[in-house]
Amino acid sequence: MRGERTPDALAATGVAVREAGDGDEVAGVRPRWVTLPESAEEIAAVLRACAAHDLAAVATGARTKLHWGAPPERCDVLVELSRMDRVLEHTPGDLVVRVQAGVTTEVLADALAAENQELALDVPVPGTTVGGLLATGIAGPRAFRHGTARDLLIGITVVLADGTIARSGGKVVKNVAGYDLGKLFTGSYGTLGVIADATFRLRPLPAARAWVTASVARPVTETVEPYVYEGRTFDTTSTDVAAALRAMVPAITESPLEPSAVEVDWPDVDGPCTVTVLLEGTAAAERAKALSALMGGTAEVTEEPPPWWGRLPEPSRRAGSGPPAEAPEPAGPRDAEAAVLTGAASDSAASGGGEILLEVRNIPSRLAGSFVGPFWAARAADVRPAVRGSLAAQVLHVALPPDTEPGLVAAFTGELRAHMEDEGRVVVLCAPREAARRLDRWGRVGALPLMRRVKERFDPGRRLSPGRFVGGI
Amino acid sequence: MSVLERLTERLTAVLPPDAVVTDPVRLRTYECDGLTVHRAVPGVVVLPETTEQVAAVVRLCREHGVPFVARGSGTGLSGGALPRTDGVLVVTSRMRRIVEIDVPDRRAVVEPGVTNLAITEAVRDQGYYYAPDPSSQQVCSIGGNVAENSGGAHCLKYGFTVNHVLAAEIVTPDGDVVELSAGDPGYDLLGAFVGSEGTLGIATKITVRLSRAPEAVTTLLAAFTGIEAGGHAVSAIIAAGVVPAAIEMMDALAIEAAEAAVHCGYPAGAGAVLVVELDGPRAEVEHQFAAVERICRDSGAFEIRTAASGEERAAIWKGRKSAFAAVGRISPAYIVQDGVVPRTALPRVLAGIDRLQEEYGIRVANVFHAGDGNLHPLVLFDDAVPGERERAETVSGRILDLCVEHGGSITGEHGVGVDKSRYMPRMFTEDDLGTMQLLRCAFDPEGLANPGKVFPTPRLCGEAPGVRTGVHPLVEAGLAEQF
Repeated sequence: MRGERTPDALAATGVAVREAGDGDEVAGVRPRWVTLPESAEEIAAVLRACAAHDLAAVATGARTKLHWGAPPERCDVLVELSRMDRVLEHTPGDLVVRVQAGVTTEVLADALAAENQELALDVPVPGTTVGGLLATGIAGPRAFRHGTARDLLIGITVVLADGTIARSGGKVVKNVAGYDLGKLFTGSYGTLGVIADATFRLRPLPAARAWVTASVARPVTETVEPYVYEGRTFDTTSTDVAAALRAMVPAITESPLEPSAVEVDWPDVDGPCTVTVLLEGTAAAERAKALSALMGGTAEVTEEPPPWWGRLPEPSRRAGSGPPAEAPEPAGPRDAEAAVLTGAASDSAASGGGEILLEVRNIPSRLAGSFVGPFWAARAADVRPAVRGSLAAQVLHVALPPDTEPGLVAAFTGELRAHMEDEGRVVVLCAPREAARRLDRWGRVGALPLMRRVKERFDPGRRLSPGRFVGGI
Repeated sequence: MSVLERLTERLTAVLPPDAVVTDPVRLRTYECDGLTVHRAVPGVVVLPETTEQVAAVVRLCREHGVPFVARGSGTGLSGGALPRTDGVLVVTSRMRRIVEIDVPDRRAVVEPGVTNLAITEAVRDQGYYYAPDPSSQQVCSIGGNVAENSGGAHCLKYGFTVNHVLAAEIVTPDGDVVELSAGDPGYDLLGAFVGSEGTLGIATKITVRLSRAPEAVTTLLAAFTGIEAGGHAVSAIIAAGVVPAAIEMMDALAIEAAEAAVHCGYPAGAGAVLVVELDGPRAEVEHQFAAVERICRDSGAFEIRTAASGEERAAIWKGRKSAFAAVGRISPAYIVQDGVVPRTALPRVLAGIDRLQEEYGIRVANVFHAGDGNLHPLVLFDDAVPGERERAETVSGRILDLCVEHGGSITGEHGVGVDKSRYMPRMFTEDDLGTMQLLRCAFDPEGLANPGKVFPTPRLCGEAPGVRTGVHPLVEAGLAEQF
C-alpha cells in the first residue's frame, strides 16, 4: 500500500504538502512529507488519505517540543498546524476564547491582553502553540492557583485517525453534557487524534503583581561541618536546602495571603537556591510585604519577576569538566549513591547531545526531599543537575547538561526514582537517543491496560504518533 | 430460575448477610433519585462495604450479562441513578470512612459514601475546606459528586469537582480495581472519569484536594427593580475584573416563593436580587467589595445589604438556598432545568423565556448562577389542570433549545442522566457522540455500566481490534436489545 501513489493521494487532498527535510525530524525520525492544513476539514482530509494508504502521522505546531517523547515507531507525514493560526472567537464579556491549535500562546496572550484578559497558564517553552500546550500538558508556576491546561480548557475539536471531526465541551464555563474529551486529549502526545481548536476560560488580568524572593541556603563554598546522625554523614548544605524548603514552603502556602505560585530555582548544586513567590490581585503589594516577613529577613519584594521565572531550567555548563575545586570529597551515604551512578556509567561509550529534561512530581511534603539527595549523589559523579519548578504545584523540572554521559542520565533518573516514595513520579521528557535507550522514560504508569484500550478504540490502526507515549502507545 | 435470581444467589454468597436487598418494599425505596419523575424498582440492591465487594459484584454482573447502576445518596437531579428493573443497584452508603486526612499535603482520601460536607467538617478546625459545594452538600455523597462532576454556587471562582479530585480508585466495568491519578503519566483518565455519570465504572476511593479557607468573606445582597438591571450589574462586575466566589440572581417569582417559604425578608418590591460573595485575602476583598457596591448602585440597585458575620451571611443565602423547595409554596409541581448560556447572552435568553411563558401560559421562576450563566428555571405546573404538565415539558425543552441556540449547554451541573439524554443530539453531532462512545467502549465494551444514561441512542461497541474476537457475548445471550 505504501508506495509511489502516496504523494498523489496526499496532493489530491488539496492540502499543501512538501517533502520533508532537515528540521522535520520527530525525536530523530524523519517523516517523508509535511502537510500544512488550514482547517479541521483539511486535517480530516489528510488523515483520511493517511488511513487509505496506511501512513503514520504526527501532528506538530511550532516544533518546540517535537523532540520530546519517544521516537515514533513509524512516521510518514508530519501534520504541521502553523497555518491554523487564528483566534476564532473572543467574547470578553464571557471570559472565553476559541482558538485554532496553531496559534502560539504569545500571540494569544497579546490578543487577550488587548481586552485586559489572560489565559492563566504559564507556558515554559517560548513559541509553544495551543495545540502543543495541550498535547504535552505542560504548565508553569501559576498551576498552583489556576490549575493546568486541563482545568482551563472548556471545549475542544479533534480529528480522529479515520478523519472524523468531533467536538466535546462547548464555550460555556459550566457544562457537564457528555464526556469531557478535552481532558482525555490533554497530555496525550498526539496519540489519540489531532487537536484542531480549543476553547478556554479566561481571567481578567490581575490589577497588580508582586514577587517575593528569598535565598534558602548558604552555598557550599561557605565551609560547613558535615552533619552526622546515627552513624550516617550528611552534607550540611544539602540537608539545609531540603530542610529549609520543607520549612519555608508550607509557611507560604498555609498563609492566608493566597500566593499564585511558589517556585524554586537551583541552577547549580554548588550555588544558591532561591524561592520566589508570586502574588496577584489588587492588594498584591501589601500581601507581598506580609509574605516577605514570613520568608525571613533577606526576602526581597519586586514588581518584576526574576529572569528565570516561568522558564524551564537551563543546564549547567559544567558537565564533564571535572569536580569543581571547591567541592568537598563525597562522604557517607553520598559514597554509596555516587557508586551507583559511576558504576552504571561504566558501560557507557557514546556521549549524547541535545536537551535532557526530566519532570519530577511528588506530594508537597516529600517533593523537596525527593530531589536534594540525588542531586548530591549526582554532583559526586560530576553530573550537574539544574532544577526549577513549582514546589506548591508539585512539579519540578530538572535539566542535565547535553553532554552528560548516557549511562549517567539513566543512573541519575534511577536515583531520583529510588528517592521517591509511592506517589512520586519521574518522567524523562526528552533525552538524546543514546541516553533514552538506557532508561524507562515514563516510569510507573498506573492504568496502562485501560490506556491501551482507549488507544485501540481511538486509533486502531496505530497511525497517530505510534510509540510516542507511555507503554509504547 | 431467571438470570437475576441466579445472580442474586451468587451475590448473597460474596456479600455480608444483610448487604443484598430483595424485599420488594425495601427495593421500592430506591426506585428514584432526586428527580422523582423517573422511577424504576431495581432488580436487586446491594450494599457493599469494601472495594473488594464492589469488584466482586461488578464481576458477577459481567459474568451474568446483567447491567448495574451505582448510587450514592440519591440526590441527583437528572435520573443518573435511576435503577434498572433487570439490573443491580450498587449503593455506596455503607462506604463512608474518611480514610486519611493529610492537611500538610492538602488532601483527604475518602470512600464514596462520605458526604460532601463531612470532608469540610473534618478539616475546618485546621483552616481548610473542600471547595465544591453543591446545594445538597449536607447529604450528597462524594461518589455521586465524582460521577456528576458536581458544581455549586462557588464554582465560578473555584471550579468543579474535576478540579478538586486528585485521584480515584475505581472498579472498572470488567471488575478490575484501577487507580487513576492526576499526577500519573499517561492519558488523563481521571479527568475523563469524573462526570461520566457512572458509565465508566464505580469510584471506590477518592482523593480530594483540600483548600485553604479564605482570610475574609463578604456577602452582599443588592435589590433591583427588574432583572435587566441585575443582569447589567453582573456584566459590569465581570468587566471590572472582579472574580467573585459566587454571583447568584433570583427573579420576582422566585423571591415571592422564597418569602412564602422561609421569610427571608428580601427588600420589598424587588424585581430581582443579586447575591454576590467575595472571598480571599482581606485586603483584596476590601478593594473588591468597594468596586462591587459601586457597580450595583450605578446599575440601579435600590437597596444593598452586606454581611460580614456567618450569621448575617446565612440570612442572605437563606432565600437563595431555599428557592427550589420554596417553589412548592406557589405551585403544586415544577420542572427544574439546568441550561447554561454565555453570560453575554443572558438578557436575550431571559427575554426568550418570558416569551415562552406568555406563549404557553406557563409560569417560570428564575434562580440562577448568574456569574457563569447557569440558569435554573423552575417551570411551574399543576397536574389538576389538563394539559399543563405537557405544556410545562414543552416550555422546559424549548428553554434548553434557547440555551443551545445561544451557544450554551443543556446541563451545567445536574448531569444528563436519563432525563436529558434525548436532548444530547441538539448539542452534539452523531460524530461527536460516536467519539464519546469510543471512550465508553474502551472502559465498558459490554455496555453494562449504567446503560441508557447520557447517550440518546443505545448501541453496541463492536470489537476493539486485537482485544476480543468472536460473537459479542450479549448478542449471544440474546441481551443485545437492552442497549
